[in-house]
Amino acid sequence: MTHYFDNDGRSVACTVIEAGPCVVLQKKTIETDGYDAVQIGFDEKKEKNTSAGMKGHFKKAGAEPVKQISEFRDFNTELNVGEHLTVDMFTEGEKVHVKGTSKGKGFQGVVKRHKFSGVGMRTHGQHDRHRAPGSIGGSSWPSRVFKGMRMAGRMGNETVKTRNIKIAKIISEQNLILLNGSVPGSKGSYVIIEK
Amino acid sequence: MDALKTLEMDLIPAKDIPEFKAGDSITVHYRIVEGDKSRIQLFKGDVLQRKGTGRTQTFTVRKISNGVGVERIFPLFSPNIEKIEVNKVGRVRRSRIFYLRGLKGKSARIKEKRQA
Repeated sequence: MTHYFDNDGRSVACTVIEAGPCVVLQKKTIETDGYDAVQIGFDEKKEKNTSAGMKGHFKKAGAEPVKQISEFRDFNTELNVGEHLTVDMFTEGEKVHVKGTSKGKGFQGVVKRHKFSGVGMRTHGQHDRHRAPGSIGGSSWPSRVFKGMRMAGRMGNETVKTRNIKIAKIISEQNLILLNGSVPGSKGSYVIIEK
Repeated sequence: MDALKTLEMDLIPAKDIPEFKAGDSITVHYRIVEGDKSRIQLFKGDVLQRKGTGRTQTFTVRKISNGVGVERIFPLFSPNIEKIEVNKVGRVRRSRIFYLRGLKGKSARIKEKRQA
């Protein structure tokens, strides 16, 4: 993230996203594939790092090899295969949703992972209990732990969507979008911007 | 250069900024907009730190106002900063002089650097 100054001189924090050019690689239809979808690729890579099978796929679309490919259903576009989507499809001030993979937090306890408040006090003779989960169920009945009981475990590294982020600026020469807010994931990771 | 830093160069225009560091005594001429009127407010104090890199740098200024310590953080390239005056160049041995917060009166003075 970075910031810029608005017309009143206030500092506004923003996330910079390089959005496109995204090439249309394939258009799937009900007749040929059983469903309607548009396949889009982003981030060019070298041809020597591309497998032979994928080389054929890119050649068919008449596109350079790309690192990221994703498919979208219900995607209305006039574009043909081989043409590019650019940031011009967005307008400044518009609100968008951003989907990405959140940062992995590793194995975390219940206090961090599920916002438990821990057991008891830190002082007054207590010890080893202040970040513990407490009871996880009854003994004689049901004499098992219910499914879905919130416990410690792996946290983060899951698909998260941040909703209704305002587009602050669009720099179409560099295909950049500046958003007024944060997005899931670490620096340099891939995200999907939904209208 | 890092693509983000290059972008910041475009987003935030360059300004003439005098050289100053922690320990210096400076006056910041800051524009304040009230309704449709604007005026210049002066904030005079010691620089505690400079933080960040490039166009997103900030600096902290501390002054004693009516016996109460007041600190203010300015973005270095803020368009609301009309002017920065360097009044005194202080001699301090670290780049962040937070120890000044615990001092008052005579001990909170900063020695002036002797110009060669």
